Amino acid sequence: MRPFPAKGFSQVKAPKPLARSNGKKPKGDDAISAAWKKVQLARHPQRPFALDYIQRIFTDFNEIHGDRVFGDDQAIVAGFAYLGDQPVFVVGQQKGRDTKENIKRNFGMPNPEGYRKALRVMKMGEKFKKPILTFIDTPGAYPGLGAEERGQSEAIARNLLEMAKLKTPIIAAVIGEGGSGGALGIGVANKVLMMENSIYSVISPEGCAAILWNNREMIRQASEVLRLTAQDLRSFEIVDEIIPEPEGGAHLNHDSAAQNLKKAMEKNLKALVGLSPKALEEQRYQKFRSMGMFQD
Amino acid sequence: MAWFKKPKKEITRAVGKKQVQVPQGLYAKCKGCGSILYNKELDKNFKVCPKCGYHYQLSSLERLYLTVDSGSFEEYDEKLDSKNPLDFPEYTDKIKKGQEKAKMTDAVITGMGKIAGQPASVAIMDFQFMGGSLGSVVGEKITRAVERAIEKKTGMVIVSTSGGARMQEGIFSLMQMAKTSAALARLGEAGLPYLSVLTDPTTGGVAASYSMLGDVNLAEPGAMVGFAGPRVIEQTIRQKLPKGFQRAEFLLEHGFVDAIVPRSRMKQTLGQYLKFFRS
Ligand SMILES: [Zn+2]
Repeated sequence: MRPFPAKGFSQVKAPKPLARSNGKKPKGDDAISAAWKKVQLARHPQRPFALDYIQRIFTDFNEIHGDRVFGDDQAIVAGFAYLGDQPVFVVGQQKGRDTKENIKRNFGMPNPEGYRKALRVMKMGEKFKKPILTFIDTPGAYPGLGAEERGQSEAIARNLLEMAKLKTPIIAAVIGEGGSGGALGIGVANKVLMMENSIYSVISPEGCAAILWNNREMIRQASEVLRLTAQDLRSFEIVDEIIPEPEGGAHLNHDSAAQNLKKAMEKNLKALVGLSPKALEEQRYQKFRSMGMFQD
Repeated sequence: MAWFKKPKKEITRAVGKKQVQVPQGLYAKCKGCGSILYNKELDKNFKVCPKCGYHYQLSSLERLYLTVDSGSFEEYDEKLDSKNPLDFPEYTDKIKKGQEKAKMTDAVITGMGKIAGQPASVAIMDFQFMGGSLGSVVGEKITRAVERAIEKKTGMVIVSTSGGARMQEGIFSLMQMAKTSAALARLGEAGLPYLSVLTDPTTGGVAASYSMLGDVNLAEPGAMVGFAGPRVIEQTIRQKLPKGFQRAEFLLEHGFVDAIVPRSRMKQTLGQYLKFFRS
């Protein structure tokens, strides 16, 4: 068995599991505690994962497998289902709740074949003129030897390019961790939603702390400076909508969290299905085209 | 080989009033073969070790001089400058230092020029500026350069070198990957060629976006290209990586670059390819 890191892609050593981080109250102001709390909630092992949402939001979900090139990556689930009466294609990054399932799911860290499976299914969405719904929840794309051999960077890059062109509605929902390029690889959508306690970041707080302060223990501060909460991203207009979670976090009531996300997906889809394929592509292009902060 | 005999003043002509840096010190030990090289000698050979062929990094101005026809280059967006959108600690300082070091506002030069007679929109990254990291300015300049290629119906050439996304710009940095890739999607739909040149090193968010999306991906010999840095991978899999892992030759073997082209032949190769695709 390959040794897996406790928690995904970061710039340095595998971080310690949450349980072992000291329980001391974090130093610094409330913002630091608040951001760190969101990180913990976003990574909570009892949080609803992609399949938990898929089972609750859709009916008749049929999972399909494989990238037709190399294999089937179980860190990404894909298939088709109904959202109410609307047939849709579904792609999601899937974490495991226990060690056994986490090994099967590679801790939600996709390999290139996962991104290629996702793209295959999304292209079916375009071919059969059905919307695509994606569920983002990954510490990052897997930084492994085989992943490099099989072109992790090419697989992600290809998805970014191809998703930009798809002539069908795409809605992406960040349900837990939006870990860098590994998250974006299924995230180029017409509408991007974020669960209230989810995060989306260019680097993990652990990786950021290591680079910035050469100290992994500074993750609380790193969580704050990265501005990675759903509320931060909404204020930057990077995401379109924050989906409320039940009191205390989605892990306390999966049904209620899924109900809220379902409502938001239905509402957003209703607004998109009336658009022409060309208009959908244009809207998605302009959405990402306008992102960036610079002085001209 | 006439390509390294061109007089130095040509550099200035090719790139306008900007100056190309000459390395400090008299000699150094080659990173490739360990032999003692006179810097003058190395510089004359455009920073390729004459003994072992090790390709040293180039600044974007040096690369511009080697790639774009003398006097043909018109720079765009040279004043595009970074903000500090997250109020990230020390970022403003880092930009200032990068600007002093690299003598440019950010990590890429973009413009229109000719490569061996062929018109092209060109973007050349510079590793000296914050490790060639991809922030809003780099993403915007590259996107505009791609849109310019579409508008002027020319090919696109991007020379990449980057440590990845620019952490200090957080999510804005990440979204540049989507923005640049979307622009390249449109270039492709317009039937215009994109040649990606991978130089040492190209990793992270730049590898996982525009640099891997060429109709043709060309790499310099020995260039390290990959998604994750070797240290991260070693820590993940807890074993040493094989020799040559993530080098250009490894990528060629695994099917992710089309050809390895030595620096001395890059301009000519790009010109030939541009000519073919536009014929
Ligand atoms: Zn040498």
